[in-house]
Amino acid sequence: MTTLSPVVTPAPDVSLAPRSNRYGERLILAVLWTFAAVSIATTLAIVFVLLEEGVKFFGNVSIVEFLTDTEWRPFGDPLSEGFRIGVLPLVSGTLLVTVIALSVAVPLGLASAAYLSEYAPARVRGVLKPMLEVLAGIPTVVLGYFALTLVTPALRTIFSPERISIFNALSAGLVVGIMIIPTVASLSEDALRAVPDGLRAASYGMGATKSVTIRRVLFPAALSGIVSAVILAMGRAIGETMIVAVAAGNLPTLTVNPGSQIQTMTGYIVQAVGGEASRGSLTYNSIFAIGIVLFLMTFALNIIANRIVRRFREAYE
Amino acid sequence: MSVLSTPAGIARAAVLDLSAPRARLRRERLFQAVLLGATLIALVVMLSLLFDVLGDGAGRIRTEFFTNYTSRRAEDTGIRTGLTGSLSLMVLVAGMTFPIGVGAGIYLEVFAPDNRFTRFMQVNIANLAGVPSVVYGLLAAAMFVYILNFGRTLISGALALTLLILPVIIVASREAIRAVPPSIFNGALALGATPWQATRKQVLPVAMPGVLTGTILALSRAVGETAPILVAGAVFSRRADNAPWDILEAFGALPVQVYDFIKRPQAEFQIEAAAAGIIVMLAVLLTMNSGAIILRNRYARQR
Repeated sequence: MTTLSPVVTPAPDVSLAPRSNRYGERLILAVLWTFAAVSIATTLAIVFVLLEEGVKFFGNVSIVEFLTDTEWRPFGDPLSEGFRIGVLPLVSGTLLVTVIALSVAVPLGLASAAYLSEYAPARVRGVLKPMLEVLAGIPTVVLGYFALTLVTPALRTIFSPERISIFNALSAGLVVGIMIIPTVASLSEDALRAVPDGLRAASYGMGATKSVTIRRVLFPAALSGIVSAVILAMGRAIGETMIVAVAAGNLPTLTVNPGSQIQTMTGYIVQAVGGEASRGSLTYNSIFAIGIVLFLMTFALNIIANRIVRRFREAYE
Repeated sequence: MSVLSTPAGIARAAVLDLSAPRARLRRERLFQAVLLGATLIALVVMLSLLFDVLGDGAGRIRTEFFTNYTSRRAEDTGIRTGLTGSLSLMVLVAGMTFPIGVGAGIYLEVFAPDNRFTRFMQVNIANLAGVPSVVYGLLAAAMFVYILNFGRTLISGALALTLLILPVIIVASREAIRAVPPSIFNGALALGATPWQATRKQVLPVAMPGVLTGTILALSRAVGETAPILVAGAVFSRRADNAPWDILEAFGALPVQVYDFIKRPQAEFQIEAAAAGIIVMLAVLLTMNSGAIILRNRYARQR
């Protein structure tokens, strides 16, 4: 530049705003948002159909009777003698199966979690963990077959055929327990692994052995994660359908006897759908009334578990 | 927790075993053995199930078992309805869940603003994953079968399964997308790409193996699900095979066929035919899962 005179250039036609309005980009974003919103629509639709069809049921029968009567026979003419609509036998059946399942899955699942997290060498862990995942992937109708054709006959041999009926809560509960072991084990293992190594080191430094450290330091420290794992597993046990439909029976019974035939809420849904429950009939609507109870129970457990997990996450961050 | 928050607390909690070293060592070994034993129980149970099923059902695996319709005579019964039904269900469910699930995953991971609505979506997806599968059946039975008037048809069943596994695919896609280094996305933006171009051309190809693995695993769950399609109206009779690709016709599925066999009182059905059906189903699942693992390993090596 030798000349000092200012170089006159025309003002450049430059704008930092996008050259086009990018309608395509906006359209894509709208489509993606719609896809994400499908999950909200699903929840709304579930709530809608449960209320829509379930409320019709309570239009015809008293909700007090539903919650307090001790027999469940919602078939035929509502005015007849044999027509009873107490949900308690179905709830007690579900809870009986769930308690049996948890008494299997909690000790075994926690033991697996402790072994995988604290003892297993990398190679052993690399074999055991995928196998637990395979167990979690077995279709539940297959596990139902297993309960009916293998576990029940074994139970009838160990105890006596008089005490264990062909369809019974014990066999179904034990197999549901096996089904939820992977849930308990994998989430509890995550919780144990999240415990800072400082706590382990401190415990060993005080002279504690490994087993004492696991039982008295690691388990208490991971308690919230473990509790939420158990609650999630409990929700899965309550909602499990095919195992109980195959192995637990079709007889709603208000009982705590694990050897007797029962029916769970999910088992009733499958049974009633298989029958002639045409739309508009009281039997059809009763399925959705049961659906409401089932949905509320599992939904509450999910929310509790997620709360606990979120609080637990804050603990070490 | 409070006990462990101080060193003194840890000391009190930890030092309790003051017995002789040898006894301590024995107890330690016993503890470890018990834990290992408990871990193995679940796996032993699974293996015994496998052997039991193979022993009961292997004799029934013949060509006719695949080509025959279900029959009242046990030796003639087959799973043709279930096979064609599961196949068409699979194609439909894959075709619907993949775009919706991956799209939702992209939205939540790349585009969603951090506000209340987004957090609500996330909590909602987590809760949906915990809704029992039979409830999705109720949704299908009321919403698709009656309100939308599709009837007890293939599309009702496929929609039930789609909504059921959607949360799983969304979560898997999000994890796969999150694993892609942000520098790839930002680099594309710096070169002038729009966010969508950067996502489609740069992020998605890297995330695809993870997305596909998650999708295949979710689909394999859908193959084995019985309760939702049973409630949505799946059948096992021959009429479900009249037009296996017509979405507005009756439909069957492999697990529903197995359930029907189990429910029959004769041992030839309840034990043998059911076991044979289970072998076929497990073989399908095994193939899908191995496919997912091979896919994951191949892409992991390439990177």
